[in-house]
Amino acid sequence: MNFVLQDAMLGLLGGLMIGLASALLLLGAGRIAGISGIVGALLPPKGGAADGENAAFVAGLIAAPLLYAQALGAPAIGVTASVPLLIAGGLMVGFGTRMGSGCTSGHGVCGMSRLSPRSLAATAVFIGVAAVVVAAARLALGG
Amino acid sequence: MRIVIALLSGALFGLGLAVSDMIDPQRVLGFLDVAGGAWDPTLAFVMGGALIPMAIAWRIAAARKHPAYGATFPAPPSGGIDRRLLGGAALFGAGWGLVGFCPGPALAALSLGGWPVALFVAAMLAGMALHGIVPRLRARVAA
Repeated sequence: MNFVLQDAMLGLLGGLMIGLASALLLLGAGRIAGISGIVGALLPPKGGAADGENAAFVAGLIAAPLLYAQALGAPAIGVTASVPLLIAGGLMVGFGTRMGSGCTSGHGVCGMSRLSPRSLAATAVFIGVAAVVVAAARLALGG
Repeated sequence: MRIVIALLSGALFGLGLAVSDMIDPQRVLGFLDVAGGAWDPTLAFVMGGALIPMAIAWRIAAARKHPAYGATFPAPPSGGIDRRLLGGAALFGAGWGLVGFCPGPALAALSLGGWPVALFVAAMLAGMALHGIVPRLRARVAA
């Protein structure tokens, strides 16, 4: 294990911010801060009354890290996947999160904090499958 | 006002992803690589940190009739733990493990990560849209 106290503390702080952001949306507007749900609702063939709110949420999500980078320096974004894997992975994440009604935020944070059995099951499955895929990729690359 | 809440929530969410470093797929893959010998536990701290405010927020919501700006709180999800939920979660997990991005961090990294992130996000949006279109295609084929 590679435990670094500062990473853990920043993780906890960032996590609290994510949780507060989700709590703000729930108590302020009665909405679930599920990224795949919010983004998916903006895409065709849907579109509707909440488009303004959804677009505002996504705009904040995209813009805030840019401001963070301006103030504190750009964080490393280590994308090592090849072009075919980026495309395949993106399609799987997009289709899968809509089919399974949620991602790490909707099921992992909002649903699990509500002790939703559906979200607990979904989170266990996507973390489990992801861990298996990462282990398989490492073995395939001979690491 | 709901649009302002959504913007602030999205921005705080994005800031939390940057502060916790979940914006970096290598950090996420380091968590998912449980058996790799250098397991990075940061994501667990992020998840734990995010669950605390949301667990409190659900309690507050349960004691109130409606959110500050809105008619109702979201109802508990309908349906059980079915094949759709688990299949979608598995597909999402596989894509997540291949690249290290789930929807929130991918969007948060969009302004900082260059073309590989843009390509992943484009594929993810296509996957989400495809999921919305599939029932229509099926209906057309059946008709």
